[in-house]
Amino acid sequence: MRIRAQMAMVMNLDKCIGCHTCSVTCKQTWTNREGTEYVWFNNVETKPGIGYPKHYEDQERWKGGWKLDARGRLTLRSGGRGKRLSRLFANPDLPSIDDYYEPATFDKDILVNAPGGLTDTPVKQPYSTLTGKPMAITWGANWEDSLGGSSGQDDPNLARMTAKVKFEFEKTFMFHLPRICEHCLNPACVSACLSGAMYKREEDGIVLVDQDRCRGWRMCVSACPYKKVYVNHATGKAEKCTFCFPRLEAGLPTICSETCVGRLRYLGLLWYDEDAVLAAASVEDDADLLDAQRSVFLDPNDPAVRQAARDAGMPEDWIEAAAASPVWKLIAEYKIALPLHPEYRTLPMVWYVPPLSPVLDAAGAAGRDDSDADDIFHTIRDLRIPVEYLAELFTAGDTSAVAGVLMKLAAMRSYMRARTLDGTVAQELLDGVGMSAGQVEAMYRLLAVAKYADRYVIPAAHKRQAAELEALGAEHDTCPVSDGPHALEITPLPGRS
Amino acid sequence: MNTLIWVVLPYACLIVFVAGHVWRWRHDQFGWTTHTSQLLESRLLRLGSPLFHLGAFGVIGGHAMGLLVPAPVTEALGVPEHVYHAVAVWGGALTGTVLVAGLLLLIARRLVSARIRRVTTRMDKVLYAFLAAMVVLGMTATVATNLLGDGYDYRETIAVWFRGIFWFQPHTELMTGAPLVYQLHAVGGFLFLALWPFTRLVHVWSAPLAYLWRPYVVYRARRGPFPAPGPTPAEVRSSNAGKAEQALHLHHG
Repeated sequence: MRIRAQMAMVMNLDKCIGCHTCSVTCKQTWTNREGTEYVWFNNVETKPGIGYPKHYEDQERWKGGWKLDARGRLTLRSGGRGKRLSRLFANPDLPSIDDYYEPATFDKDILVNAPGGLTDTPVKQPYSTLTGKPMAITWGANWEDSLGGSSGQDDPNLARMTAKVKFEFEKTFMFHLPRICEHCLNPACVSACLSGAMYKREEDGIVLVDQDRCRGWRMCVSACPYKKVYVNHATGKAEKCTFCFPRLEAGLPTICSETCVGRLRYLGLLWYDEDAVLAAASVEDDADLLDAQRSVFLDPNDPAVRQAARDAGMPEDWIEAAAASPVWKLIAEYKIALPLHPEYRTLPMVWYVPPLSPVLDAAGAAGRDDSDADDIFHTIRDLRIPVEYLAELFTAGDTSAVAGVLMKLAAMRSYMRARTLDGTVAQELLDGVGMSAGQVEAMYRLLAVAKYADRYVIPAAHKRQAAELEALGAEHDTCPVSDGPHALEITPLPGRS
Repeated sequence: MNTLIWVVLPYACLIVFVAGHVWRWRHDQFGWTTHTSQLLESRLLRLGSPLFHLGAFGVIGGHAMGLLVPAPVTEALGVPEHVYHAVAVWGGALTGTVLVAGLLLLIARRLVSARIRRVTTRMDKVLYAFLAAMVVLGMTATVATNLLGDGYDYRETIAVWFRGIFWFQPHTELMTGAPLVYQLHAVGGFLFLALWPFTRLVHVWSAPLAYLWRPYVVYRARRGPFPAPGPTPAEVRSSNAGKAEQALHLHHG
């Protein structure tokens, strides 16, 4: 067993209102530069929809992620090492800028300098930032927002479902899906990087591009099945979501989390066994992928695991942070968070609590009571439409796994309603989902009312602290964290409660 | 004049070539890239880029064969002169044609696509112009002189002069009698080497062959210093107190 720490994220999709604040603040922080106009490290898609870039989930076309070869060995979908080298001069799997969109800017001078007394309102014209010429805007990173572009029917996930479902689908529901880099345990981009410029950080698993070593071979862009590595066409180098590592190192959440209006994001540590990653990514049956991927995580409350972490040199505050991680709770304890497209076999590290709202909508549309747990349970079981779709996204098509999570969310709602309104404990609901009252109430607190410090459990860059404490210890010969004249002054981070 | 062109210029260009690469490697890792533009245009690139690169490999191999292998060596290996000549001329013409086709497509791409035109730097334009001129001269030498014309045995003159440069025995007299197109191609070749380190051509030295035996997933520890922590309030207080004390001493002392 080789224990490693991974900074991971969970997003609770029921709380996403599709406001794009995360996208905008991320763009202001990271990609408001020449050559990255079209780049959104964070984007919010409406599902069903074709996404950004267009149809990125269609791996028959883009050849992203991993697959098992004829002999059952894990291999990049785009082929072996030799094949990739042979495509150095023209990469057939690379999306073009038009698969993203042609970025535009506006001539705002025309508004500012318009003379007074005009009978017509001056209009600012869009200009292409690629050619500098006037252009018509016909696509964008969120063109199909709230099903506005009506491209929902072309969603690659729908193509994998049955025809009947597809037909009735669009009327049924929609939800928002915020996406960032998955910082995978088995990253396809890193594995396809010809120059070895991409790497996974040993300390926290963040996947980064060394800008000095990237040579612009662009295989990372096509290898990532989530299409979250981008070419900066001004510098000729690859760029991607950094998980805001300078903020994390200071103990602060990523900018997308910090500014999330719905407070739907959770950040925390996960421990995993590096030696188990390859086997988990190589399981034969797609339906076993979810359990296999869960199985690589190590329980931060298990004394043996904690000792292993200590032996691996992890500082105490990281061990405590792992035990308090909301991400661990949502993924492994309550088991309500699911990975996005586990069938890509990259072991993504941004997981999602699937939305119950499509099911509630469907229950309402079917004339059922969307506040009654029994009716919701029946809807989950009977109405295959939303559940099958969610299964395509989060469980490689396994509807029972998604239904199980939705049942837990529905049970929690009804249990808490009864608990709050008349103080009763709906034991039959707890039995139905196999959770204790304490668990459900803790889960409710984490999902509904968790404070800043509970949602973001981020140990600050540990080396500095360790070095400081060591120096202090040598100076004072006693534990500095105590009362008295030499007590260490701990300045709390400027957080909120 | 002959010394200037056939001795000083080659050495100057080689020095710039080596020193330029050392300087660029040490000071411009961030700029060391293929500068891919496939994102912006892939239709012409899909054909043009492989043609250009494969043609270039053939042409580079042909130059190595013609310039670095002395004629007595191929004779000793039992390769008759007419066979060598046929391989060199027809091989050169073929790879050269592939190179020309690729280069034409890539130049057309730079001109036709407004998106590509905008990301084309001044250095790119110099590079393309230089490449085109070199290819025209080289193809003229191969096709017009050796394939259609009377032929010129560069292995007895230019190749000997070229190798002599590296033994520090440049025989200028061997070049003075060469046809003009060969002379221009030779001078242009050295100037091209001098230009090389300052263009996107540096990506050639980063050909990612190590990828073939590297483990797939790369792990790397965080490098560099953590941002220095600011002084704690206690430190600020004590240093202020120290200053005040010092000021007091100065005043009274």
